[in-house]
Amino acid sequence: MSERVILHSDCNGFYASVECLHNPKIRNKPVAVSGDAENRHGIILAKNELAKKYHVKTGEAIWQAKQKCPELVTVPPHFDLYKRFSRLCKEIYFDYTDRVESFGLDEAWLDVTGSSLLFGSGYEIAQKIRKRIKYELGITVSIGVSFNKIFAKLGSDYKKPDAVTVISRENFKDIVWELDCGDLLYVGSATKKRLRTLGIYTIGDIAKCPIEILRKHFGKHGDMLYAFANGCDVSPVAKLDLHEPVKSIGNSTTTPRDLVDFQDVKTVMCVLCDSVCRRMREQGFIAGTVSINVRDNTLQCFSRQRKLESATSVTDEILKAALKLFRDNYSFQKPLRSVGISVCDLLPESSPRQTDLFGNEKIRQRQESLDSALDRLKNRFGNYSIFPALLLQDKGLSHFNPKDEHTIHPVSFFR
Amino acid sequence: MKQYIGVTAKFDSDGNLLPLAVHWQDGRTFEIDRVLDVRFASSLKAGGAGLRYRCRIKNKERYIFFEENRWFVDARD
Repeated sequence: MSERVILHSDCNGFYASVECLHNPKIRNKPVAVSGDAENRHGIILAKNELAKKYHVKTGEAIWQAKQKCPELVTVPPHFDLYKRFSRLCKEIYFDYTDRVESFGLDEAWLDVTGSSLLFGSGYEIAQKIRKRIKYELGITVSIGVSFNKIFAKLGSDYKKPDAVTVISRENFKDIVWELDCGDLLYVGSATKKRLRTLGIYTIGDIAKCPIEILRKHFGKHGDMLYAFANGCDVSPVAKLDLHEPVKSIGNSTTTPRDLVDFQDVKTVMCVLCDSVCRRMREQGFIAGTVSINVRDNTLQCFSRQRKLESATSVTDEILKAALKLFRDNYSFQKPLRSVGISVCDLLPESSPRQTDLFGNEKIRQRQESLDSALDRLKNRFGNYSIFPALLLQDKGLSHFNPKDEHTIHPVSFFR
Repeated sequence: MKQYIGVTAKFDSDGNLLPLAVHWQDGRTFEIDRVLDVRFASSLKAGGAGLRYRCRIKNKERYIFFEENRWFVDARD
């Protein structure tokens, strides 16, 4: 079998680039796209090259960024625009291959192994794509070309913006192995710290470390790191329009003010749960497990999950389970900044269900028809047309619409 | 500067969209004598990206852009 040719294309400072394209006046200034500070979503989501020079970092608070760069221009995000540009990028990729796997809005892998007779080598295709995106969309990408997805991704990070880097079997030891181990996919701060204790600092160190040692310290994660570092990753690039089955549905939010008591949490959870359950019913699922995640005002966070007695999509049941889970695991040592609910172990709603011998199936049926009536009302007259009276107590906390406002979903490399 | 404009356009039987005349915001209308080139492109001056028509209007060449169901030009103010 001939060597695979994989491209990883990464739009440079995607949100900020799209904003700069649409607003020529800010183009020559340091620009960052940031959430709404009033609602405490004021973190940097993306920055342009000029802001990068001031060491403005994604994820830091606006005030921190402004300390480093007082003339920083912050603009609110326009997700519809980003989705449009993401789609336009993808259309360009599809001109060269049908094997395009998106990794978030701004990144994608392309398998162009079969396209070389038509369009030239991986490097040539990468250059064509880079030039076209710059000309047609007015934003820049950096592209890595390699024989596996991991190295291709490292290649796209290696030189930016507006560049192509080839990592081949000949040069990967010179390029990849010199990089900090934290650059490797799935080496986060915790893994990095543990690698440090083993005297491992670069990706080369991981590659040269005996696999047994990695396995001993990291379990099967160790095998994965070893394979990644040695260029043995064989995971395929998913095919065009191949929809992965949904594995979980969740919503979370950073609240406009800290949550200080159980009532606050209940209010916010109620809104989140309504969104999660409506999405679940829309897609025809019932869930067997509920999980919550909680972040306090010192940004410490944890998550807990619990199996339900029987799978359900009833909002009330999921909410009760989530609140119980919360009560059992948190007692307000610190006020909370953000909470989230998600459901997993999804089954089709038509799957057979064990009825509860001692529970009241009638109540459940009534709740199901209540939910479906509420769903229809909300679909016809909007999200705020009907809601529990509970939410009137603190409109500041409850007035948000996770179902329709958050439609960009996180993705994982392992699918 | 990005200026949205009115356009009279025609769909041919193949589904191609061809602009015939542009309507400036000040009320003037100009016929497009000929479309010289059509391609997807960005406009750094106006700030946008879409299908770009290079048109000859009164012996001058101008770009007009079709972006998400709206037409715009780069107005030299």
